[in-house]
Amino acid sequence: MDYRNTLTTCTYCGCGCNFFLESLDGRLTGTIPCKTSPVNEGKLCIKGWNVHQFVQSEKRLTKPLLRKNGELVEVSWDEALNFVASGLKAAKSASGADSIGFFASAKVTNEENYLMQKFARAAVGTNNIDHCARL
Amino acid sequence: MIDHIKKKINELLSGGSVKGVIALANANGHVAPCLFQKGDDLEKLSLGDRETAGDARYPLNKVLITIARQYPDEVFGVLTRGCDERGLHILYRLNQLMPDKVVPIGISCPQSLAIQCECKKPWPDDMTAGEKSEAVAQKRVQDAEGKDLKERFDYWANQFLKCVKCYGCRDICPMCFCKECSLECEDLVSKGDLPVDIPVFHLTRAMHMADRCIDCGLCEEACPSGIPLRLLYKKTAGIMNAEFGFTSGIDKNETSPLSMMGPAPKK
Ligand code: SF4
Ligand code: SF4
Ligand code: SF4
Ligand code: SF4
Repeated sequence: MDYRNTLTTCTYCGCGCNFFLESLDGRLTGTIPCKTSPVNEGKLCIKGWNVHQFVQSEKRLTKPLLRKNGELVEVSWDEALNFVASGLKAAKSASGADSIGFFASAKVTNEENYLMQKFARAAVGTNNIDHCARL
Repeated sequence: MIDHIKKKINELLSGGSVKGVIALANANGHVAPCLFQKGDDLEKLSLGDRETAGDARYPLNKVLITIARQYPDEVFGVLTRGCDERGLHILYRLNQLMPDKVVPIGISCPQSLAIQCECKKPWPDDMTAGEKSEAVAQKRVQDAEGKDLKERFDYWANQFLKCVKCYGCRDICPMCFCKECSLECEDLVSKGDLPVDIPVFHLTRAMHMADRCIDCGLCEEACPSGIPLRLLYKKTAGIMNAEFGFTSGIDKNETSPLSMMGPAPKK
């Protein structure tokens, strides 16, 4: 019997509310807002309250998909990344680096967002960087 | 008091009369619900008092239901304040928990918390530690009733307008366990729209809590919009008491007037 409450931070927006992900025997059973967190003081919005649901969702993508002949098929990470890299290279040589734009996300960490802008600026050579919250 | 509780938990666990004890624990500088099992370190036990009494309370009976559904044959201890004991009585009545599978570990609340909660019974009958505080009168309800009808109507309409429909009041509530929730029934409450349906959303919930709310106050503490939900449910409870002489959870062998057919029961 393994019941746990794991303190973590909401992935859904930049407020950074704290909650416990409640789990029983390795399966998530709920979200409990952290009352002693100075950020959200035991309160959450509807997204935070339901954050445990997407983790175990059947609909969640767990492997990269590539559209081939109009159909999405599972491929390896190498194939998917090679496809993206060659697509970016082709767009850059045909229309220049500023024909490419990057969207950062609230669902990843600061460090990951830092890496993404670094990649945009240093590897691709564009300042076209925006955030998914403005979509 | 906490040492007394630790001793009790230790006795229960080492004697094997319970499989685990649901209480609170200090971890990472915070307080969280915790399942203590045999051999676990009881040093981290918390009673939910951090800076002030009861400021880190969580719906432990809800945790108990989650665990008991998975392990229906096991017996569990659970840390129980006055409101939690009222909750246990109702959860037994509604077949969500089995009384012979639950060992309450009762603690009383200090007077400061009783005053803050305006609690009618800040202690459990089955008390392991602490001393009884005094019951407190329902001043919030009296004050609200002091306003005239128009003032009251405007007050509540303005409060309800602040709702962001997070459903946190339902999700934190130790007495909400329905698989199909009326607040998700699209004939009553529109889906994905704000402002919330006024007053249907809040009054539907108040009606559903009429014979179940134990006045723990966790909903009001969880409401990001600062809506005085506890006051609303205290008023509903007051009507139940005036009409039927019923106070939810106070009597172990209660039956709810809302689940009886026939003439109104004697007051
Ligand atoms: S709970 Fe809501 S407000 Fe808080 S971080 Fe998550 S999405 Fe943002
Ligand atoms: S409602 Fe009563 S029993 Fe519950 S925490 Fe408040 S004072 Fe204690
Ligand atoms: S006070 Fe709120 S959280 Fe507590 S039982 Fe009543 S409705 Fe549920
Ligand atoms: S907790 Fe407050 S804001 Fe959230 S649904 Fe309930 S009343 Fe509305």
